[in-house]
Amino acid sequence: MTAVLAAQGVACAYGDREALAAFDLAAAPGTVTALLGANGAGKSTALRALARLHKPRHGAILLDGQDVWRLRRRAFVRRVAFLPQTETAPWPMTVEQMVLLGRLPHRGWLLPYTQADRAALARALDQVELQGLGGRDLGSLSGGERRRVLLARALAQDAAVLVLDEPGAHLDLRHQVELFDLLRRLAHQGGTTVVLSLHDLHLAALFADHAVLLRQGRVLAQGPAAEVLSPDLVRAALGVTVEAVPHPRHGVPLIVPVTRREADR
Amino acid sequence: MSDRDRGRRRYGVLVLLLAVVLLASAAGSLLVGSAEIPLRRTLTLLASSQPSLERTILLKLRLPRILLALVVGAGLASAGTAYQSLFSNPLADPFVIGASSGAALGATAAILAGWGWNGGWGIGPLPLLAFGGALATVGLVYLIGAGGSRSSPVTLLLAGAAVSTVVGALVSLLMILHDQSLGVIFNWLLGGLSSATWHDVRYGAPLVGLGVLALRLLSRPLDALALGDDTVASLGLSALGLRLAIVVAATVATAAAVATAGIIGFVGLVAPHAARLLVGGENGRLLPASCLLGALLLLLADDAARTLAAPQEIPISILTALVGGPFFLLLLRRQSRAPGGLP
Repeated sequence: MTAVLAAQGVACAYGDREALAAFDLAAAPGTVTALLGANGAGKSTALRALARLHKPRHGAILLDGQDVWRLRRRAFVRRVAFLPQTETAPWPMTVEQMVLLGRLPHRGWLLPYTQADRAALARALDQVELQGLGGRDLGSLSGGERRRVLLARALAQDAAVLVLDEPGAHLDLRHQVELFDLLRRLAHQGGTTVVLSLHDLHLAALFADHAVLLRQGRVLAQGPAAEVLSPDLVRAALGVTVEAVPHPRHGVPLIVPVTRREADR
Repeated sequence: MSDRDRGRRRYGVLVLLLAVVLLASAAGSLLVGSAEIPLRRTLTLLASSQPSLERTILLKLRLPRILLALVVGAGLASAGTAYQSLFSNPLADPFVIGASSGAALGATAAILAGWGWNGGWGIGPLPLLAFGGALATVGLVYLIGAGGSRSSPVTLLLAGAAVSTVVGALVSLLMILHDQSLGVIFNWLLGGLSSATWHDVRYGAPLVGLGVLALRLLSRPLDALALGDDTVASLGLSALGLRLAIVVAATVATAAAVATAGIIGFVGLVAPHAARLLVGGENGRLLPASCLLGALLLLLADDAARTLAAPQEIPISILTALVGGPFFLLLLRRQSRAPGGLP
């Protein structure tokens, strides 16, 4: 199977500080790929490179085999939507206004929004379960709801590829599960390619097809999520003692930390 | 009726209301001035074509002054709205970020050199120099105060204040070195609507209009810009290109306003905030509402400037500073207390 979005030997740096090196990835169509790793391991940098927001020093990012830096920006963002890790509006904005910005790649900056844009808005709000909140001000929403608004903006972009930096951050467990269920459904049934970062290894085991374990800007391991999520690899990547137990219903490996509690006794 | 229709109707009614109030105030302002011309007499004078001193006062002094107040108010308000989105900073306005003083330096240099507005649609040396000066200061303030991802809103304000002070000193120096023109420039710098002529309106209005129109066309990307460069780029726009286009448009409006009426502070700060309370943060609605409010504010301020200490006139910039300054401090205080406010 050919990759939709691929990274080949990508290296990124901020000034002198190397953030990512020899990064390879091949995200297959209709799959969910999870980037895992400690804070500062290079997840966000890798995602920003994949979303054509950070130009690599070396290597190439390919979308359907084409170098993304040779594509026009508009053409790229019609096919790849990005969710930033954090984003704050300095003043009031309505949910509807924010989500409709996701239609900019299609409508451009001048033409008025059309029925198709309204339909995409309604569908996206529906998908993140915020229907009927279009007129609300962002400031009046909870952190989790704001996060889902941003996700709706990415969904309204109608892109074949979703690059999401910690989409589950600030969400409670129910909304996390529903969000990852949605992403998995979009991938497996709709053929969307999803690349995301997250910290919750249980959710990674439950919802990711492919996992990439990053440590200090380098890929420590990647492959099917069930294989990458082994106690040894996770310990090496995160520097914490863990063990794996099989999920009682789904059988996927659940990584659980081992504390000093036993030693204390 | 959906939320959207209701919102649209509310917005339509508000803008219409503002426009009506603005027109009424403009008409009412014809009656304000040191020469007392009662309403009935004013109407008779306007209807007849017989030349008279009072008719001259109405048509050659008061009318251009009113129109200039509207134009300058709208220009400063739309520029303020744009600068606030541009810097993602609710405290920005043409005066605060140094655009006004830069324009003043350019215009002062042009006036001292004896250059004017000539050149058809206002593209003479004076507006060009004012524009160049404003663009240079905004660029400098941007590089110092907003460059890099870690700069805080306060850095921008400090950079604006520092650059304004230096540029203001240069203006003073130019004035002192050419003391025969000192009076002229000093009057103009203090916000000179009192000397407004049709000439100012004819040359200032097209340029302000051009800047305002360009900003209105850029209103949707302006919405995205306040959310950060990554967001702008991930929506398919060039952050750099967009910033340049918006700086140029906002600075054209500022330079034209300053070149015709001198430095008038805080209108560009108060009007956008008042408008945001009325119509929300979407620039497509905010810019028109902000323009109308800015025009209204400056018109009322000018009426006050003409009457409060009659027969003496108070320079309008003193009035706007007296009202706008405390408002600015209030905003600053609220910002620094808000969660996720000034870091």
